[in-house]
Amino acid sequence: MAVPKTVGLETEYGIVHRGISEPNPISASSMLINAYLIALQPSPAPARGAVGWDFTEERPGHDARGGAPPDAQAPQIETHLVNAVLTNGARYYVDHAHPELSTPECTDARSVVVYDRAAELIAVRSMASAELLLPEGEEIVVYKNNSDGKGNSYGCHENYLMSRSVPFSRIVTNATAHFVTRQIFCGAGKIGIETAGMRVDDIGYQLSQRADFIEEEVGLETTLKRPIVNTRDEPHADAAKYRRLHVIVGDANMSQVATFLKVGTTALVMALTEDDAVGRELRFVSPVAALREVSRDLSLRAPLELEDGSTITALDVQWELLAAARAYVETRGTEAVGGDITPVVLSRWESVLEDLQQDSSKLASQIDWIAKLRLLEAFRERHKLAWSDARLRAVDIQYHDLRPDKSLAARAGLETLVDEAEAQRAMSEPPTDTRAFFRGRCLQRFAAEVVVANWDSIVFDVGEGSLRRVSMPEPNRGTVRHVGDMFEGCDSAIELLRRLGVTHA
Amino acid sequence: MAEREQIRKPSPSNREQTVEAAPAATERSTEINDQLDDLLDEIDEVLESNAEDFVKSYIQKGGE
Repeated sequence: MAVPKTVGLETEYGIVHRGISEPNPISASSMLINAYLIALQPSPAPARGAVGWDFTEERPGHDARGGAPPDAQAPQIETHLVNAVLTNGARYYVDHAHPELSTPECTDARSVVVYDRAAELIAVRSMASAELLLPEGEEIVVYKNNSDGKGNSYGCHENYLMSRSVPFSRIVTNATAHFVTRQIFCGAGKIGIETAGMRVDDIGYQLSQRADFIEEEVGLETTLKRPIVNTRDEPHADAAKYRRLHVIVGDANMSQVATFLKVGTTALVMALTEDDAVGRELRFVSPVAALREVSRDLSLRAPLELEDGSTITALDVQWELLAAARAYVETRGTEAVGGDITPVVLSRWESVLEDLQQDSSKLASQIDWIAKLRLLEAFRERHKLAWSDARLRAVDIQYHDLRPDKSLAARAGLETLVDEAEAQRAMSEPPTDTRAFFRGRCLQRFAAEVVVANWDSIVFDVGEGSLRRVSMPEPNRGTVRHVGDMFEGCDSAIELLRRLGVTHA
Repeated sequence: MAEREQIRKPSPSNREQTVEAAPAATERSTEINDQLDDLLDEIDEVLESNAEDFVKSYIQKGGE
């Protein structure tokens, strides 16, 4: 039985510190986040500052396949860097040499779009706050992309709650079929190629920022030898009941339609997988080669070899998955796949595939790689430029610039799915329908008593000599419906804990 | 051009349709082109002024 798809994004942003001779991306990221946190505090800032992250439950080295191969590299956790929990339930931190923001847990693709846009607005406010603290002539700039065009990549990861009982091998088969082909509407577009052994100009333009960096079919790594299907087995929830599919293959999207489809279609394909309802299994002869081929085929007509000896195009894989998803929803309903939003996902999925089939240029206001390509082609024609011209590469990077006065995506006429006021509220208000509600409310109301928090617990210090941990192993509990009343008329953390029945650590 | 006109030489009933359809289509494509022109003007205005240096210095560490 498919479990309701709790979903969320973790986005690592590109960062540039301008106006200094030896920029350090780690300190720039810390400065950016601290500037935001300081700006949130009523002045003067209280002694304790922001609520930090609790690492005691982190297990990023656990492998979903059981025993990890001996050469597997377990990710390192950097506990000394800035790491804050926000009142909207999100986590805002420095990861490696990037600022990263994880959205709170959401129940559908639309909600993810709201919190992803809120994350962009948080980055925008962070840049403005940093500017007030930096010497004149310096600036910190944030980019929402996944590659620097020089062989370095950083991720936009997706997370989908799944049933523990589903065999991991089945997840691998269906996730691979979807991830290799969904690029045709999820790709953020990129000039050039960054695969070892090829020159950057060997390809003019491709659909995906990430395809060049994916080298394995399945694996635990996220920083080298990146796999199509990541096996990190760290559910941040009751591990006996749940898995979390941690997806590292995707691009960060500027287009809200692309984010909506990326999350909505993947949640559907994973529910189909849990209930064994995908229909025929589509196994590529060479998934990594197929992933790259799809990314480099702007015609969307490349035949991909299947293990049964036949071939299929990326578009036809997506048509098959859409048909299976429609049939699934008709018989099993939408409970596990985002409720009322599901019909919107299905109809948009269909209309986008239709346009991709007929004339992809129709999607210049919906799909990032097409929107960016339109800008590049028009700009190239106006100035008579070769694909290798630095100005075109500047357009590519600046498409993802989050500064409102510089962002080219913001000027490209992209359709929006959520209004700006809703996204602004979501910068500080948590979703109401997951445990993020409880986390966010605790931080809004009792931040002074919260020592640390993480995805599935919060630790309180109520001043009686012992710390008290509230566990949240169920991502779909702790919602406004479950605990909203407990916050009514509750004026202290100790009273909240009493109401929750928590009396000891 | 001459060839195209010849091919298009319409029967009377077709001619009416052509006359009706043409202005609307032209208007729309002019509008789209105007929008694109405005957009390109804006890109010219906001694009990093020294593209070469900007692109060269856009270096990130690998992440995740």
